[in-house]
Amino acid sequence: MTSIIDVSNVSKSFGGVVANKEVSLSVNTGAITGLIGPNGSGKTTLFNSIVGYHPIDSGSIKFEGNEISALSVQQIARRGLLRTFQQTRIYGAMDGVQNMLISLPHRKMSIFDALKTFTREDYERADHLLEFVGLYEKRMLKSGDLSFGQQKLLEFAMALMNEPTCLLLDEPTAGINPTLINGLIDRLKRANSEFGITLFVIEHNMRVIMNMAEKIYCLAYGEMLAEGTPDEIQNDQRVIDAYLGAH
Amino acid sequence: MSKKKITLYASILAFSIIAPFAFPDFGTQLATLWLMIIVAITWDMTGGQMGYNSLGNIFFYGTGMYVAALITIGLTYDIGDYTSAAGGGIYEFTDLEYFGGMALGILGAGVFCSLSAIVIGSLTFGLRGPYFAIGTLGVAIAAGELVANWDWVGGGQGIALPVYPGDLDTGKTFFYFLFAAVGIASFLFARWLYGTRFGAAINAIRDDEEKADAMGIHTLRYKLYTWSMAAFFVGMAGGISAFQLIHFEPLESAYQTINLGIFMVVCVLLGGKGTLWGPVVGAILFHLFKEITWNYLLGWQWVALGALIVVTVVYFQDGVMGWLEHKRPEWFGRKVEKKVVSVSQ
Repeated sequence: MTSIIDVSNVSKSFGGVVANKEVSLSVNTGAITGLIGPNGSGKTTLFNSIVGYHPIDSGSIKFEGNEISALSVQQIARRGLLRTFQQTRIYGAMDGVQNMLISLPHRKMSIFDALKTFTREDYERADHLLEFVGLYEKRMLKSGDLSFGQQKLLEFAMALMNEPTCLLLDEPTAGINPTLINGLIDRLKRANSEFGITLFVIEHNMRVIMNMAEKIYCLAYGEMLAEGTPDEIQNDQRVIDAYLGAH
Repeated sequence: MSKKKITLYASILAFSIIAPFAFPDFGTQLATLWLMIIVAITWDMTGGQMGYNSLGNIFFYGTGMYVAALITIGLTYDIGDYTSAAGGGIYEFTDLEYFGGMALGILGAGVFCSLSAIVIGSLTFGLRGPYFAIGTLGVAIAAGELVANWDWVGGGQGIALPVYPGDLDTGKTFFYFLFAAVGIASFLFARWLYGTRFGAAINAIRDDEEKADAMGIHTLRYKLYTWSMAAFFVGMAGGISAFQLIHFEPLESAYQTINLGIFMVVCVLLGGKGTLWGPVVGAILFHLFKEITWNYLLGWQWVALGALIVVTVVYFQDGVMGWLEHKRPEWFGRKVEKKVVSVSQ
């Protein structure tokens, strides 16, 4: 299986705090890969490094075989590597449909394309994806007025609208009620299988990640602690120790 | 477009055409109203739609004045000679030189301001929120001071342009229609722009620029283009003002940061930020308020204006249109919709 993201020996520190130390991992094309680890273990820092929020101190990050560690956030996003945020970020003053339309890919959009109005297909696609995440009825409401869980679903739908090849999800189920979580797992899996989007997911909810991912990486204290299938990770004594604090 | 809307637009257009003839005594006032509408609509393009509150848009107004004047003069005479005579009356312009120069001057003012917005924007769009506001204000103030000390363009005395050739009342009507044309053009332009993907992208920048970045939107590019479009119209308005005022000087009439530079912001706040009609409604209300207080509360007019700003900012932040949207959300299409299509699961 080929890999779409290759992270090798990436280190990142903030002042004296080493957030990532010599981290290496790879995300397989078309798969769902998980990233777990206790709070403060450097998961989000690694995500931020991959999508270009801050320069890395050393190491290399490749997307589809090309080095991306020196590119800006926008450039990486336009290559089809997209992320969602742990603290949901949507355009609060606009309604759901507008949020979706804005998320159309700007990859190949020239300034002349940008000066066109949205097409019927754009609207249909927006409606279709809103239906997919179950927000169709509320699509004309100001999205800032939606509940946190609904905003998370909207953010997910927006990410799909952007037609990414690979999607980095930062705790997609945090703050969502248990009933909705099942629906979300199902939709994430379908986004992966039906739309062919590679998923790389940070998740604290073990039930969720063990259900979805084919391969899981575990970070602790900024270093890669373990990697393997859900079964291997669940039975790895080092992972159990890291979570229970036996370090 | 619905029938109602067409009727509305048609009646506004008709009124705009009849107004200077119906109220001949208010010709200059009505022209100034259009100027207010232009600067308010264009201010809202960055301030309301893109979330970048510029206090420096007056730079384009002042620069537009100078560029238009210098082009018109430069086409016929040597600028240095002309300005050192301070409009002493030895310089005659034929009708062709006057109107031809004016047309090229106003257009040139728009283009020059458009380009300068790209340059200034490249330097200032790294700033956010209040820092951007103060940064752009600094640009406008500095420009005024620089021009005031530049003798070639008349220094602190400014420039005196030739008087409108012909009947002065016809001149007033002529400038009214110039302003009205630019005003209508900027309104229609904004109306079209906000409906495009471009409009959606600048709204995204306003609501969450970091998110827009993360979605791959060319944020800096859109910011520069938007400001550049706004600057084009403000520059042209400045160019028209130069001819309407006949004589202008750098600090009080061209780069008038504390007058028009603030008025445009107040207009938009009063009418409703980030709405198409807000700036227009706001400009009309503000201009009425200003003219009434300047006439009947003379001596206290600035106090009244200050009070208006404070009340607007503290109690009426959403402006007229925002208040309407809050009271009548269904007029703006905000409602829960029943499912009408189903997508196969």
